[in-house]
Amino acid sequence: MIRFILAFALIVTGLSARAEIDIQQVESPGGFKAWLVEDHSIPFVALELRFKGGGSLDLPGKRGATNLMVATLEEGAADMDARDFAAAREAIAAELRFDMGDDTVSVSAKFLTETKDEAMALLRAALIEPNFDETAVERVRQQVLSNIRSDAKDPDEIVGDVFYADVFGDHPYGSAHSGTVDSVSGLTRDDLIAAHQGALAKDRVYIAAAGDISAEDLGALLDELLGALPETGLPQPADVDVVTEAGVQVVPFDTPQSVALFGHKGLERDHPDFFTAYVLNQILGGGGFEARLMEEVREKRGLTYGVYSYLVPKDHAALMLGRVASANDRIAEAITVIRDEWAKMAEEGVTQEELDAVKTYLTGAYPLRFDGNGPIARILVGMQMDDLTPAYVTERNAMVEAVTLADVKRVAGELLRPDQLKFTVAGQPVGLDTPGQ
Amino acid sequence: MRRLTALIAFVFSASMATAEAPVTTFTLDNGMDVVVIEDHRAPVVVHMVWYKAGSADEQRGVSGVAHFLEHLLFKGTKTLEPGEFSATVAANGGSDNAFTSFDQTAYHQRVAADRLELMMRMESDRMLNIQLGPEEILTERDVIIEERNMRVENDPSALFREQFRAAQYLNHPYGTPIIGWKHEMSNLTLDDALAYYRQYYAPNNAILLVAGDVTPDEVRALAKEYYEPLPANPDLEERARAQEPAQTAERRMVYRDPRVAQPYVMRSYLAPERDSGAQETAAALSILAEILGGGQTSVFTQKLQFEEQKAVYTSAFYNATSLDDTTFGLVIVPAPGVTLEEAEAALDGALAEFMTEGVDPEQLDRIKFQMKAAQIYAQDDVNRLARRYGDALTSGLTVEDVQAWPDILQAVTAEDVMAAAQLVFDRKQSVTGYLMSEEVTQ
Repeated sequence: MIRFILAFALIVTGLSARAEIDIQQVESPGGFKAWLVEDHSIPFVALELRFKGGGSLDLPGKRGATNLMVATLEEGAADMDARDFAAAREAIAAELRFDMGDDTVSVSAKFLTETKDEAMALLRAALIEPNFDETAVERVRQQVLSNIRSDAKDPDEIVGDVFYADVFGDHPYGSAHSGTVDSVSGLTRDDLIAAHQGALAKDRVYIAAAGDISAEDLGALLDELLGALPETGLPQPADVDVVTEAGVQVVPFDTPQSVALFGHKGLERDHPDFFTAYVLNQILGGGGFEARLMEEVREKRGLTYGVYSYLVPKDHAALMLGRVASANDRIAEAITVIRDEWAKMAEEGVTQEELDAVKTYLTGAYPLRFDGNGPIARILVGMQMDDLTPAYVTERNAMVEAVTLADVKRVAGELLRPDQLKFTVAGQPVGLDTPGQ
Repeated sequence: MRRLTALIAFVFSASMATAEAPVTTFTLDNGMDVVVIEDHRAPVVVHMVWYKAGSADEQRGVSGVAHFLEHLLFKGTKTLEPGEFSATVAANGGSDNAFTSFDQTAYHQRVAADRLELMMRMESDRMLNIQLGPEEILTERDVIIEERNMRVENDPSALFREQFRAAQYLNHPYGTPIIGWKHEMSNLTLDDALAYYRQYYAPNNAILLVAGDVTPDEVRALAKEYYEPLPANPDLEERARAQEPAQTAERRMVYRDPRVAQPYVMRSYLAPERDSGAQETAAALSILAEILGGGQTSVFTQKLQFEEQKAVYTSAFYNATSLDDTTFGLVIVPAPGVTLEEAEAALDGALAEFMTEGVDPEQLDRIKFQMKAAQIYAQDDVNRLARRYGDALTSGLTVEDVQAWPDILQAVTAEDVMAAAQLVFDRKQSVTGYLMSEEVTQ
C-alpha cells in the first residue's frame, strides 16, 4: 500500500504573497518516490518525469541517438503505429510531451481525470514499448536532419556549437546533442533501442505530480506506468573542469547582426556559494531592465535588444555564460561594455541598494511561481533533481535574505573572471581584435 | 481502428465538468471597459491594459511607431523616472512587459495580489502622462532597430514572411510589418510617437483586464479611483482601416537567401475572421486548420508525410481573431530530393483529394473533444485566459462572443467545414511563396 513519508503544509512567504503548498512525499508500493501537490479544483493532472542523463549518454560514434530515440517515442508503440498512437492520444485529449537536453530526458503529461487510465496506458506504451519501426525512424530522422542543417546556418546555434566545442572538446558537452548529419544518418534501430534502455531506467527517474489525484492513486499509477523500466541504465559521463582563455573568437557568417556567447567557469548547484552567485548574477545580467548589463548596453547606449548572463550548473560542469546580439558595426562596443562591467563587478561587488532591490524582487517573485498545477509539478520535479527537500520551499527566501554585501563581494571576486572571459561571435563583426585566433 | 472507436465512445459518454472561471465585466464612466477573471488558487494577479490600437492603426509612412511608443512607455512620466516603472514592479516581486500587434497594444504585470493598487496607479499614470526627452528617443530607436535585426534581418524566414504578407494585402495595413519597415523605423521621431499616443491612448479606447486572486468589487473600487478620473478622448474615431479591394490575381514570389538551409513553400489565402455575433465561418475555418495540419493524424501529415513522403513537415494555420480580413495558410517543407515545385504540386494534390473525400467524422470528433478539454486545461493558466479576452475585445469582439466561441466550435459540422474550405481556397486571393537558398542544389 501507499506509504506517506511525510506531508508538509508549507507556506511560502514572500514580500506579501503567501502561497500555501502542501507537498506530499509519496512512495509507491513498487518503490517509486514522487512529490505530489493535490488540488481537486480542476479535473486534470499534471505529471512530470525526469530521467537524469540525456544526450550526454550517447555512446561513442552514436551522437544524436538519445535525441532521435526521444523524438521517436510517440511514433508508434505496443500494437499501435504512429497514427494509431496519435489518434488514441487525441481521442482522450491528453498532452504527452517528450523532450531532452544534455543531462535530462523530460516527459510532461497532462490528462483529464476521467481518462487517467487511458492516458497512462498510452504513456506507458511510449515509455516501455516504443516500436522504433523503420518507417517511423526514417521519417523522424529526416526531420532531425532538417533541423541540424538549419542550425548550421543560424548564428544563435553557431556560436553555441563553436563555444562548447572549444570548451569541452570530446566530452559530450562539446557537441550538439542532436548530432551531426553523418552521425544521425548512421544511426540504426539497434542504436535507438540501446539509447532507450540506457536513458530510461529506474535508477535515474524523478517524479512530481499536481492536480486532481490522490497519493494512493498516484502510487498505483506509477507502479503500472514505470514498473517495467530496466533497473539501471548507462553510466553518466565524467565531470569536466571548465577552462577558458580571455579573448574573442570570430566565426564568420554573413548576416547583419552579430551574435555573441560569452563566459567562463561557473559554480555547481550544490556549491555553498551558489545562492550568493545567483543573487549576484541577477544584479549583473538577470532578466530585468535593472540588471547592470541591460542598463549599460541597452538602456544607456541602445546597442542591443537584449543582453543577459546566467549560471549554468550542468550535471558535470559548471559555467557562467551570457549572450548579446548587436549590429555588426556595434558589437565591438557592446563587448567592451560587457567586459568593463564584468571587471567592475569582480572588483567592487555590488551596492547595498542593488542588493536590497534584488532581494525584494527574488523573494517577492518566488511564491508567484506556484500558480497552477503545471508550474507546480515542474518546480517539484526540478527541486528533486537539484537534491533539495520540500522544506526548501519555505527556507529559500530566508536564504536569499541571508546573502550579505560582503558575501556578494567575495563571491564576485571568485566567480567573475575577466581574465578568462571568452567571447565567441558569429557574424561579420567590425573592429574586433581577436587575440587567441 | 476498433480500439479507437471504443475509446471515443467511452470519452463522449462521460460527463465533462466545465466549471468556467468566473468572469465579471463592467464599464467605467469614461468608457473604459473592465474584465475581471477570478482564480483564487494562488495569491497572484495579472493586471493588463489593452489598447484598441496596434500597428494597423498607424498613419502611412511611420511604420513601427505603435511598437516604438510601446517601448517609450517605459521611459518615464511626469512622476516616474525612466525605468522606474519596471524597477518598481520588480522591487515588489513582480514582472512586467508589453507587446504590440496589428490590432492591439497591451501592457501587463504579474504581481502579488495585494500589489494591484500600485500597478493601477502607475499604469493609469502612463496612459496620459508620459514625458520624453530627445536623447531617450534616439537610444530607444537604436534598441528597436536591434530588435528588428534580431527578429527579422538575421532570419531569412522572417524576411520572407514579411515580403509574403506585403504581397497578401494589397491595400490593408496588415501588409506592413508590426515592427516597421527598416527605412521608416530609422526616421521615427518623438512627434510621430506622441501623435499616436495622443490619438489612441485614452480610457475609452482601452480595456482593463485583471485576473487572479481578486474580487470584482476590489477591482471596481480601485479602477474607479485610478482609471475613472482619466478623461476620455472625445475625438476618438471608429476604427476604419483601408480595406482590401477584390483580389483578382494570384500572386507568386520567390525569396532567395544564402542563409536558407531548409527551403519551403508557403501559401496563404485571404480569409474571413471572427465577427461579433457571426463567428460560425471562423469556427469552421479553425477546425479546418486542425483537420488539415493539426498533428499526426491530420490530412497533410497523413498524405504528405506518411503516405507520399514528399514532406518532412507540413502545417495549416488560421488566425481567427483579427479586426479585419485574416489569412488561412499552408506550409510544406519538402523531403530531401523533392523540389519546391514538386512539393507545391503534392500539397495541391492533397488539398484536392481532401475536397473530394471530405471530413473524416472520427477526426472531427477528436478535434472537438480536444477543444473541449482545452477549456479545462486553460483554467490552470489564468494569464492565458485573460489574454484570450484581451485579444478578442481589441479585435472587434465582445465578452459574449468570447463566451459563445467554445459552443460555436462544438456546433461545427462536416458540411460547415467543407463549405468554409470551398469559400477560402480561392487561388485569386492567394499568395504562394518559395523560400530558397541561392545555391541551386534542389
